[in-house]
Parts: sequence; C-alpha cells; structure tokens
Amino acid sequence: MSAAFLIEQLLNGVQLGVMLFLMAAGLTLVFGVMGLINLAHGSLFMTGAFFCAWIAGATGSFWLGLGGGFLAAAAAGALVEILVIRRLYDRDHLDQVLATFALILIFSELARWVFGDRPLYLDVPPVLGGAVPLPGGGGYPAYRLAIIGVGLVTAVGLYLLIAKTRLGMQIRAGESDREMIGALGVDIRTLYTAVFALGAALAGLAGGLVGALQSVQVGMGEPVLILAFVVIIIGGIGSIKGALLGAVLVGVTDTLGRVFLPQLFGFFLPPSEATTVGASLSAMSIYLLMAGVLAFRPKGLFPVDA
Amino acid sequence: MPELTKENLVNTVLALALLAAPLIAIALEESFYVTLASRVAILALAGVGLNLALGTGGMVSFGHAAFFGLGGYVAGIAGLHAFEGSAFLAWPLEIGGSESLLVIWGVALAVTALVALAIGAISLRTSGVYFIMITLAFAQMIYYFAISLPTYGGEDGLSLYLRSQLPAVDTDDPLTFFLVCYVLLLGAIFLVHRLVDSRFGAALQCARMNPQRLATLGIAPFPVKLTAFTLSAMITGLAGTLFAELNGFVSPAMLSWHLSGEIIIFVILGGVGRLFGPVAGAALFILLESFIGGLTDRWQLVLGLILLSVVLFARGGVVGLLAGKARHD
Amino acid sequence: MTSNGSEALLELKGLHKAFGALKATDGVDLTVRPGEIHALIGPNGAGKSTLISQIAGGLAPDGGSITLLGEEVTSWPVARRARLGLGRTFQVSSLATEFSVLRNVMLAVQARTSGARGFWAPVRRDQALRSAALGVLDRVRLTRRADDPVSALSHGERRLLEVAMALALRPKLLLLDEPMAGLGPEGTKELTGFLASLKHEAGILLVEHDMDAVFALADRISVLVYGRIIATGTVDEIRASAEVREAYLGDHLHEKAGGA
Repeated sequence: MSAAFLIEQLLNGVQLGVMLFLMAAGLTLVFGVMGLINLAHGSLFMTGAFFCAWIAGATGSFWLGLGGGFLAAAAAGALVEILVIRRLYDRDHLDQVLATFALILIFSELARWVFGDRPLYLDVPPVLGGAVPLPGGGGYPAYRLAIIGVGLVTAVGLYLLIAKTRLGMQIRAGESDREMIGALGVDIRTLYTAVFALGAALAGLAGGLVGALQSVQVGMGEPVLILAFVVIIIGGIGSIKGALLGAVLVGVTDTLGRVFLPQLFGFFLPPSEATTVGASLSAMSIYLLMAGVLAFRPKGLFPVDA
Repeated sequence: MPELTKENLVNTVLALALLAAPLIAIALEESFYVTLASRVAILALAGVGLNLALGTGGMVSFGHAAFFGLGGYVAGIAGLHAFEGSAFLAWPLEIGGSESLLVIWGVALAVTALVALAIGAISLRTSGVYFIMITLAFAQMIYYFAISLPTYGGEDGLSLYLRSQLPAVDTDDPLTFFLVCYVLLLGAIFLVHRLVDSRFGAALQCARMNPQRLATLGIAPFPVKLTAFTLSAMITGLAGTLFAELNGFVSPAMLSWHLSGEIIIFVILGGVGRLFGPVAGAALFILLESFIGGLTDRWQLVLGLILLSVVLFARGGVVGLLAGKARHD
Repeated sequence: MTSNGSEALLELKGLHKAFGALKATDGVDLTVRPGEIHALIGPNGAGKSTLISQIAGGLAPDGGSITLLGEEVTSWPVARRARLGLGRTFQVSSLATEFSVLRNVMLAVQARTSGARGFWAPVRRDQALRSAALGVLDRVRLTRRADDPVSALSHGERRLLEVAMALALRPKLLLLDEPMAGLGPEGTKELTGFLASLKHEAGILLVEHDMDAVFALADRISVLVYGRIIATGTVDEIRASAEVREAYLGDHLHEKAGGA
C-alpha cells in the first residue's frame, strides 16, 4: 500500500463527495426554503446526463453537451415546479414523497421513450484526457481533478450567492420564516421556481459530469438520490455548509470503505468473499455513519432550524 | 352487530370480489388468474401491515420492504436448508431448514418483530422527514447486506424448489394456496380492525393526530408507536413469506426501496387508513400492471400519472371515493 | 413555605432557561400550596409560556429544580408528570381534532384508568368510559356537544373541553394557560365561577391576563417580569406594591385599586 495509492483513493473519495455535494445542495436548498422533500431530484440528475450525452454526441463537443445538460435540467426543473411541485408546498410530507415518487416513474418512462432503452455513452473531453502526476509517483485522471475543481468553484459560488446577493438574502429569509417573506413583498412564486430550477441545474451538472465516468442510463439517478439524502441528513437539512461536509464525509467513507474493507476482510476470508462482504459493508457503512450522527445530533451536524 | 354503513358495504364487495375472481378463473379454466389473485391477496396483506403504521399511526415508513424481504428470506433460507438437508446454524444450537409453513411463519414473525423493534427504537426518536429517510436508510442497509451473502444467492437471489407445507392442506394446488393467502388476509384485517377500535387504537390515532395532547393526558406516544410499528412489520413480514412461496423465488429486490414505495402506493391508491384500502389498492395496482402492461411497455408512466392524480386530487383513494370520508366517532 | 403541615403541590427552585443571550427564565422560585389558586401574571414577553412548558415537561430547564407532589420531576417527560397528577390546558387549544368531543374526554379517562392498554374490546362502546366522560362534560356544561366534532366547537367551547380533559385525569395540580383568552364576558364569568369551585379538588396555577378573573380567583399572585418573579403575595399585597405597578404596565392595577 503506497502513499500514491492512498492519495488516489482519497481523491476519488473527494471527487465522489463533490458530486454528491452538487446533488445535495439542490436538495437541501429546496427543503430548507420550501419545506419540500423531492424524490425526483435523481431524475433531474439523469435528465442532465442524457441531454449532455445526446448533445455532445450530436455536436462532438463535451462542453456544449455539459452546458446543454445544465440548461435542460434547469428547464425541466422549472417546468415540473410550475406544473406539479407548487401544489405540494402546503401538503404533508407523505403527499410530497408520493407525488415526487410518481414523478420518478414518469421521468424514467419518458426518458426510455425519448432516448430508448440502451445506455448512452459520453466521452471525456480530450483536453482533460490525460493524467496529472501525483506526489509519490503515478498519475491521477485530469478529468476527475477537474470535477473536484468544478465542485469547489460551485461551493464557493453558492456561498457567494447565498451570502452576498439579494436572491441569497431572500433564500435565507425564506429558510427562517416562509410566511414573513411573503408579507415583505418578495415574489414567492418566482423565488420558489428559481430555487427549484437552481437545484435542478446543479443536479443536471452533476449528471453531465458523471456521465463521462459511467454510462448514461435510466435509473442512474436513484442510487445517487439516496446517497444525497443521507448526505443532507448528516449535514443538516437546509444547510449548504452541512451538505458540503456531509458529502465529503460520505464520499470518502464510501470510497475508502470499498477499497480497504475487502482488504481488511482479506486477512481472514477468501478473496472473492472478502470483496463482496467488503463492498456491502462499505455500502452499509454510510448508513451506520448516518445512524451514528443522528444518535448524537438528531437534526444533523448543522441544522438550520435548531 | 356491524352497522350497514357505506364503508362496510364497499368492504364486503371487495372481499367477495377477491374471493370470486379465482373461482371464476378456475371455472373458465384460466388458472393463471388464480396466481394473480394470490398476488393481490399477498400484496394487500403487506399493505394492511403498512397501513397500521402509516394510516392509523401516521408513521411514514419508507422501509417496509425490509420486513417484506426478511419474511421472504426466512422462507427461502428455510426451504434451501430443508431441500439440501444442511444446517442453517451449527453452533451453539443446531438449526436446520424447514418445510413447514407454520414454522416459517413463526420464525418470520419473530425475526421481523426483533428487527422492527431495533429499527423503530432508533427511528421513532425522529419524526417528519427524518423518520422517512432513516427508515429508508435502514432498509437499504438490509438490502446491501442481503446482496453480500453469497450463500443465500447474493444479488441473484434464492430459489425455493419446493413449496412449504401446511398440515391437512395441499399448498401446491394454486387455488388452495390462494385460499391460505386469503384467509390470512382477512384474519389480519380483522385483527387490525379490533386493534384500531380498541383503547390502544384510540391512543395510536391520537399519537398521529396530536402527540402533545396524548402525552399531556399521561400516555407517552413512543411506546404506542413502537408497538404499532412492530405489529405492522410482522404482518408485512408474513406477506413476504407467502410472496416467496408463490414465486418460488426470493431476491434482494424484495428489499428494495422501490418496493417500499410500491407498498405505500397500494395503501394510498386504496385509501390510507381505511380497513380494506390495501385490498383495493393492490387490486388496482395488479390490474394496471397486467392489463395496461399487456398493452404497452409504458405502463409505469400510466401508473405514475394515476398516482400523481390521486395524490393531488383524490386523496381518499378508491375507498374514499366509494365510501366517503372516514368516521372517527 | 407550606401551610398546615402539608407539602406544597409544586415547588420551583432557582429555575433558569436561556435562549442564546435571552434569559427567558432567570432564577424563578415559586410554590403552589394545596387548595390554593395561585395566579401568575406578567407583561407580554415576560416568559410565562416558557415557564409553563418547563413545569409541564415539554421544555428542559438549564438549571434549577421542579418538585411536583413531593417528587423531583425536573427530568421527567410530559406523560410521566401527567400520570403523577398534573393536568394542563393549552393557550392554543391542543385537541384530538378528528375525534368527537366525547371521544376526546373518553381518551382522557382511558389514559387515567388504563393508559394505552386494551387491544381488543371496542372503545366506542365502553360504557364505563362513556359514562365517566359524560360526567366530566356535564361539569363543564358541554354535554350537548358530546357527539360533535371538535372542528365544530367555538373557541370558548374548546377551552372548556381542554379543562374537561384536564379534569378527567383527576389531577392534584392544574396548570391553566390563559383559559379565559378569547372568551366573552359571559364565558369568562362562567369559567371563573367554575374554577373557583375546583379549589378543593386540585391546586391551580393560573396564567392569566384577565385581571378581573385574577383578582376574583387568586389566593396568591406572582408577578413575572423579564423571567424573574418580582413579587409574590395576596391580591391586596400585589395591588398595593409600588414595584409591581412600576414594572408591570401599572394602569390596570391602579384602576382596580383606586376605582371600584
């Protein structure tokens, strides 16, 4: 086990974390500002990935694809918000869960209809195709480093948006007192649509970025959705800071767990069993982490409504 | 004497229709539909379990597939060891497999009760969206655990080569098996009915409506909810054993969150909190799956649209539409 | 501290609770003696609701002790205190909204007699519960509304229902949080008379703004201002106190003392 290998795995963990952050940020914003739990968030991730792959395939440009995916997801988000989501703000969480679950079914079937049953493939843009040398030897894919970069830039951008702009101020006010901001004359309907579309755009961006690492297919959003929920529970629903910390924690735990737990079990189990046991336990480890955090902080690490 | 209310009428019709369907199928020599009817009865039973926690107790569990799947795996593992003649556990006790449905039911009830007590004890300290997510998370844990067990099929699942037996009854015969499922379904509905109407049921309903009020009267909501959650899990677990027996197969799919969502769908489509709601919901779901699924591959799209419409516009579900609002006094 | 050798029903010692920099409860000492009606008054924002929540059990104090009927209950949850003998009404009615009036009171009687136990027999036909509940509804004159849904009750009737439910527990101490709020003059007079009649059944800690009711009912009054009790005494003592007049928007008290 070399330092280079460890660094590589750590970076993988951070990259997964950053991707989860893009998902979780949208989810936590929507819950924090509108009080809405949205199971269809994974479908927006998938929408971004599909449009990115399709546009990139049609134009030959990854960047056009990425931009297209980002916008398509934002548009899908805005459309869904106007048609369905806004009827759910006053409903209880069960209704929101069911309605957005229904949206998952609808989105999945629509994707199958429009794009067909076979997965789409997306190539890493050539300029990011190489490897970056790591301290200790070996190289790390430039593309993955770029994803980490995008994630950090987005985190900073979101922070600036929330802390320094008017929209951000409205968002923060909305998180603490929904009724009040209406009384203060803020156009709630547009604000909510904007917040939802922003969350959707971030999910779409994540989808496009991930599309080059794995194939783009229906259902790709669901495992990510569940992880994103675990992230926001750990981080505290409504907190962007919590989403970042939670995402990195989950990403690193998952990645290092998958790599090292089988090795750990390899000491006393045959290799094929060690890998399966290790893999499932590492998948379980995230939930154990979540249960552990909730045991001490029932509302997550940085709850907004303490 | 039960009163002649609209709801009782609807319930009776549903019960009779579910019984009549396979009988008519046999008469028309379409025995496939007997299996379909068994599926409806089993999924309805799973829904009856969830409805106790969700409809009566207000606990939105997004992890009930965990109990359904646990029941299925009990049946599968018991069947595997019985078939192979191998032992499940050699130390400290020797535990082999079993071909007896009674034993399987007993074990399934015990296992789901223990797991539900553990999950409930942790989850019920939270509420609202946290509760939904944490029940989902626990079910995911069990799902990934099942995938990791190569001895019991891992991701591919486990086949049940022989159907487990009941004394004096031939469970291999499809109609007889249906009747077993049907009797269990009606039995569970009856038990739930008595429970909901009892003092415990009143406390549980208040725990849903206004837990602060319940505590102010001197009844702590937590133990009431935990008891209901556990009972609900046991009923759903029982349904799981029957599902595995019916299909001759159990796999981690029985533990997936999609299935948890589907069970919630049956309950909502049928009418949340209504006694026979899950029967109506499961029947509607299976009908959609079979008939629309036969016409188009896009049946999930239709299901999604119907579910969305029910949630947005017809919250009372089928029973709500037919029998009006529930009466609580 | 206590009269005729019997223990205080409720004793608060050095209770405090802060929310960040705000000291909602700042070292409160208070007792309620058997057979007394002890009124708690104070301007808005004084911390009355916070104090009530701590006594009832919904809010944990940062420090100090709460002794109820001789037991140290500071860390006890709400339900356990209720079972010990504490009945409480809410300022904003907190009822089982889907149940009828009668079923709400039946639930209270059930809570007292058997808790949540009883898994088989139908509760709606339980004659023992029904008659006990009807008896309590009779006392608050709500019998005619027994089968009505809670949603059909007027504001005043809901307050009466809350009192009925608290009484059904046969409490030794009643915690009443602004029971007169929203009642018209007729309703207030009736409720005042009713509460006076309860004195020998249970001690009462009455949080109220309505000074007529307070002066008519209270044996002792404590005045809470910015989380501290600035005075405790009989009606006359409080009326005469300059401190109270100064700290509390004094016009009210001044009028009563000088006028009628």
